Amino acid sequence: MKDIHIPSEQYNFEAVKATLRIGVPFRIFFCLLPFGVILWSLFIGRYEVEPLVVIKMLLSLVYPMEPTWTNADETILFQIRLPRIIAAVIVGAALSMAGAAYQGLFKNPLVSPDILGVSSGAGFGAALAILFSTAAWMTQVSAFIGGILAVLTSYFLSRLYKTGQILVLVLSGVIVSAFFGALLSVTKYVADPYEKLPTIIFWLMGSLSSVRYNDILSILPAIIFGGGVLILIRWRINLLSLSQDEAKTLGIDLKKITRIIIICATLLTAASVCISGIVGWVGLVIPHLGRMITGPDYRKLLPFTIVMGASYLLIMDDLSRTIIATEIPLGILTALLGAPFFAYLLWRRKTGWV
Amino acid sequence: MGINYTAHNLQFSWDGKRDVFKNISFSLQPGDIFCIIGPNGTGKSTLMKCMIDILEYQNGAVRIDGIDIRKIDRKTLAKRIAYVPQGYQVAFPFSVLEYVLMGRAPYISAFSSPDENDLKIALHAMQEAGIMHLMHKSINEVSGGEHQMALIARALAQEPELLLLDEPTSHLDFGNQMQVLSLVERLKEKGITIVMTSHFPDHAFMVSDLVGIMKNGSFISIGPAEEVITNMTLKETYMVDIHVEFVEIAGRKICIPVKNVPGCTCPIHYPTFQHNCDALANSLDN
Repeated sequence: MKDIHIPSEQYNFEAVKATLRIGVPFRIFFCLLPFGVILWSLFIGRYEVEPLVVIKMLLSLVYPMEPTWTNADETILFQIRLPRIIAAVIVGAALSMAGAAYQGLFKNPLVSPDILGVSSGAGFGAALAILFSTAAWMTQVSAFIGGILAVLTSYFLSRLYKTGQILVLVLSGVIVSAFFGALLSVTKYVADPYEKLPTIIFWLMGSLSSVRYNDILSILPAIIFGGGVLILIRWRINLLSLSQDEAKTLGIDLKKITRIIIICATLLTAASVCISGIVGWVGLVIPHLGRMITGPDYRKLLPFTIVMGASYLLIMDDLSRTIIATEIPLGILTALLGAPFFAYLLWRRKTGWV
Repeated sequence: MGINYTAHNLQFSWDGKRDVFKNISFSLQPGDIFCIIGPNGTGKSTLMKCMIDILEYQNGAVRIDGIDIRKIDRKTLAKRIAYVPQGYQVAFPFSVLEYVLMGRAPYISAFSSPDENDLKIALHAMQEAGIMHLMHKSINEVSGGEHQMALIARALAQEPELLLLDEPTSHLDFGNQMQVLSLVERLKEKGITIVMTSHFPDHAFMVSDLVGIMKNGSFISIGPAEEVITNMTLKETYMVDIHVEFVEIAGRKICIPVKNVPGCTCPIHYPTFQHNCDALANSLDN
């Protein structure tokens, strides 16, 4: 057989390499974005503090100066606004990362971080703690444990069936979510309707209003571990988009990477939920938005998702504390604005899969 | 470089009762091209999956350079054997370049990403497969044939010593079919062993060193194409008359399915199955 001539096309190696990365101007913009939003968030609130005073107070942290502000100003800024802002940034980033990782693992862009039941588990845990105790930290610990427990149940339930199919894992998640959802209903049903029930309901709606530095510090290790590992393995998550057979022939240990992603995403979600309550839609919408802008390669997608998720949730939280005189629960806002936004994305047909 | 691959008495069954195939044996030297032909549903793809340990055969042994394939870890295996499946699915719209880069997975540790060297190898693989112009297209938007070429490029990026191609030409037009076959020949010159299944006995005449005809779960004939592919064996395989004839302009033998060959009395016929109707009805009832 005669050799067929294949036109060997010329290409510019550096140009090709550049396409695998996010462009520099883009990168600068998205690195600065969260800092801009954070600064803006420090300026706004019910209690008025002049932006210039805010900047002065911030500078005084590194550069000692004579205070021209009141003690009240300082308390508002450093004890109320700042911890809340940090919490919003962390929760937004964590939920978005968990969502992005799960969408890769389940090969499905409609997956959100609570697919394995972490939210229902955490909800039940929190409700149970509210029912039997008054300490806020008990609610957090109990929510965290409940979330982890639900995911473990889903995982081991799916292992009972030997197929190893990802679909079985989804079904186990549905089963466990339903079960913990029912347990949550039981706690609501027996809760004292004047005192405990409203607390449970408000917790489930999600809010960052009572977050303090201690809360942030206590979840930080879980967030850093879960997020750090996901960032390190981000290129590997790409490979999960292939069929199981293909992944195996590429030398990938599917069981191991599945376990790693579940552990990381669960730590991220459970840690977030235990300080913020249930905040939906972030983990679903932000990875989508990211994929539209950067494409599906997790090398680009994951860093972008973190930045977008952090900025998005911070803006939502700003709205929740400033739109009206009383606080609007965060979970309501993210769904109220997130759902139409998602519909818009679908309508624009830019998601790449519809 | 180069792989000695032997399969000895392989047997596989999905349910433990009915064998998909049994007594499959062959042995390949570096640079061999082994072409497996046979009718639909005869277990060619299943055999291929057993050959790379995706499916577990029940009996027999596959050895690579004398070592049992089941004792070799996946990562090492992935550096030596690449597999191009027949079907494909990609959950997200990766660019063809990102898709081909995935072939570098066995060489990249869990915590890192492809580096410049990996990118160069992937680009070279794309050049070999002739899909440089598709580089930035989404893998979900290219045609079936283009996807097939991208799969082959991804397999080449693995730098394998043995390449398993499951019906590599089935989605391809004439041009791309010849492209793949010529690529197969070029790889052979580099000492890469190739196993391919095909529905075209013609392809076996073009490139193969060894042909196995698979029917009802075993090789009814195995050997050089000239000996194995004949009017008789093809009729036995496909249940239709197929004329094998040397065509001067092609410089090789070609296979022509015919309805009625003058002088040949055999009309097209399909195997008649002796059903036990009562037993069948019973089994449906239960």
